[in-house]
Amino acid sequence: MDNCTTANTSVDLTKVKPYGDTMNDGQVEMAFTLPVPYGDEATEAARQLVKKMGCDEPSVVYSHDMGGGYTFFVVYGKCQHTIDYSNIHVAKVESDIMERDECGQYIEDNIKRDVIIVGATTGFDAHTVGIDAIINMKGFHGHFGLERFKNVVSLNMGSQVPNEELIAKAKEINADAILVSQTVTQKDIHIQNLTEMAELMEAEGLRDKMLLLCGGPRVSHELAQELGYDAGFGTHTYAEHVCSYIITEIVKRGRV
Amino acid sequence: MKSKLNLDPKVVDSARNSAAHIASSMQDFIDRHTTVSTERTILRLLGIDGVDDVETPLPNVVVDQIKEAGGLPRGVAYWIGNAIVQTGLTPQEIAEKMSSGGLEITKLETGSTKDAEAAIMPAIEESLNEINKEKNARAEYLERLGESKQPYCYVIVATGNIYEDVIQAQAAGRQGADIIAVIRTTAQSLLDYVPYGPTTEGFGGTYATQENFRIMREALDETGEEVGRYIRLCNYSSGLCMAEIAAMGALERLDVLLNDALYGILFRDINMQRTLIDQYFSRIIIGYCDIIFNSGEDNYLTTDDAYESAHTVLASQLINEQFAVVANIKDWQMGLGHAFEMEPSMENGFLYELSQAIMAREIFPNASLKYMPPTKYMTGNIFKGHVQDALFNLIAVWSGQSLQLLGMLTEAIHTPHMHDRYLSIENAKYIFNNARDIGSEVTFKEDGIIQKRAQFVLSEADKLLADIAEEGLFSTIEKGKFAGIKRPYEGGKGLEGVCLKDDYYFNPFITLMLGGAK
Repeated sequence: MDNCTTANTSVDLTKVKPYGDTMNDGQVEMAFTLPVPYGDEATEAARQLVKKMGCDEPSVVYSHDMGGGYTFFVVYGKCQHTIDYSNIHVAKVESDIMERDECGQYIEDNIKRDVIIVGATTGFDAHTVGIDAIINMKGFHGHFGLERFKNVVSLNMGSQVPNEELIAKAKEINADAILVSQTVTQKDIHIQNLTEMAELMEAEGLRDKMLLLCGGPRVSHELAQELGYDAGFGTHTYAEHVCSYIITEIVKRGRV
Repeated sequence: MKSKLNLDPKVVDSARNSAAHIASSMQDFIDRHTTVSTERTILRLLGIDGVDDVETPLPNVVVDQIKEAGGLPRGVAYWIGNAIVQTGLTPQEIAEKMSSGGLEITKLETGSTKDAEAAIMPAIEESLNEINKEKNARAEYLERLGESKQPYCYVIVATGNIYEDVIQAQAAGRQGADIIAVIRTTAQSLLDYVPYGPTTEGFGGTYATQENFRIMREALDETGEEVGRYIRLCNYSSGLCMAEIAAMGALERLDVLLNDALYGILFRDINMQRTLIDQYFSRIIIGYCDIIFNSGEDNYLTTDDAYESAHTVLASQLINEQFAVVANIKDWQMGLGHAFEMEPSMENGFLYELSQAIMAREIFPNASLKYMPPTKYMTGNIFKGHVQDALFNLIAVWSGQSLQLLGMLTEAIHTPHMHDRYLSIENAKYIFNNARDIGSEVTFKEDGIIQKRAQFVLSEADKLLADIAEEGLFSTIEKGKFAGIKRPYEGGKGLEGVCLKDDYYFNPFITLMLGGAK
């Protein structure tokens, strides 16, 4: 019998796999539907599928007849794949995050004028939750929006704003940065819309005059850069993240 | 029934009176005007359907030609009636001939209004018969198949492809859904026409077309027979084609229709004059054909805070109720909306939410209240999301909601997968059944948190409504008192489609439907 008095907490960061209750047990849980009628064959199909996905000991803990020849499963398995965590690189917005008050102070000290930011949810997308969270006074989850920031003048144009109108407004108010919010992602419509915006900015010769930022639940910094944006902000980013980035870039690029 | 919240009936009456004043003060403006989409609705009800060779719907072809010739103030009912007198053709034949360039309707010899009205009457009666047939079919299904207890489980499908929607909707019906809503493709509310035929492409939803309505109705009737329970069909009419979609819904037996008097103005930047005129005719149709309308108060809470702005929801519910009263809509057809959108980390948020939900039930005892699930604070943590939805379901059964739009654990991630709907329905049915009579068993502490919250929200709503009644609805919206959104009187989309009626204008449907619903 093993005389083990401590848990094994040592991780090999070059071979990381999921953790359930024991190091390297590989435990994952999955839920999915197969287009096959409920029954023993369906359960076996789910088991074999999870095995093929690289999980040992697949165990169908629950299945339910969805009607019409569909069956729902909850399956556990032990993932056999590993990841070399020590070799991971992720594109991130490179700026120190300043708090709201620090942002105001930074602008006063380094830019010495109001920073102008305009934002909208563009295209046919009707969701304002993202742009409201960043710009509106109230903000989100206790993080105030740009309207509460000192030395920042911000304008929220709302949803379903055509790209052309957003650009026209940005020119009119001489914006330092444009924020584009996208929530609807079905059939990658956000990619199409964001790309069009970036192209229009390019065509208008504004890309070296204004910062172009995008945000949304399915937006990453990496995606944003691929599409020709300066930065992208996904979930768990708030006004202070966006503002910190904008004001440090303004200084870095000498647009004070 | 004694108020559990100890609400003062005098304050309820005062708020309702202000709302009634707001609605009736708009009626003179509404009665003097018509719009392109209101006129197209008359054509649709007359059975004019189809598209021309560039996919323009025939109702648009007819109205546009009349408008260009300056004939819109007289109304399409006159022009079609007159054309019947002059040519002996049917409304559909007239539209087709106009479309092919073979007829300039305003250039025909013009007879009297009386003759035109008499000529159009048979087509109008036929149209009302068609609608009545659908009303009777619904009543027959409900009698024969029956329905679930309230709250009804209401789920959405939104694949973009009507045939894929059918698969999802039928599966949801088998899993226990009582109402299936087909979400519209994003921005359809801004189209000044209704697309035609079955559609298989859409973003975030599927086009509302008459053929799509028909396909889904047939599918749900089939599943209803299979499961032994009538399954209601829901779609969306707010936007530039409010009344047209209501007419399509009447003809294809929709049971529930999103229809808010102010939503288009505030959240889609549709011109306020246009919206108020269109909502009137759309609601008359709804009242006549026994559709339950749903108002969109939940939208206030996605832009505003659910705690701070609760009174704007109640104020809007009362305004929507009073606009419905004017259109002769029965109490049970009023699906007044509200939503479970309290910030989850708020201490006692559940108590406030419960209070507000019971308040809505007490103030609108016979309405088919529509309760919307958490969306704003759904994070992608599906496990927590399922718990948020469970609390929402508990409040629904406790406060006696009617139409429960089920929350999805995957909200904020994607449009629902088949098993997301199953998990939601299971969650709701479990809680509804397990806590069925909690509402009649539990009373609240006098002057406790729950009672005080409702009393406060009611008094704030009363004040707001008194302000609006004094200020006028148009001016209130211009000043941004709803949802913090300012809309100018002459701004927004669709103003060019608003038209002053002339002295000979008539729309027989309004008179007949208002009369028939009594």
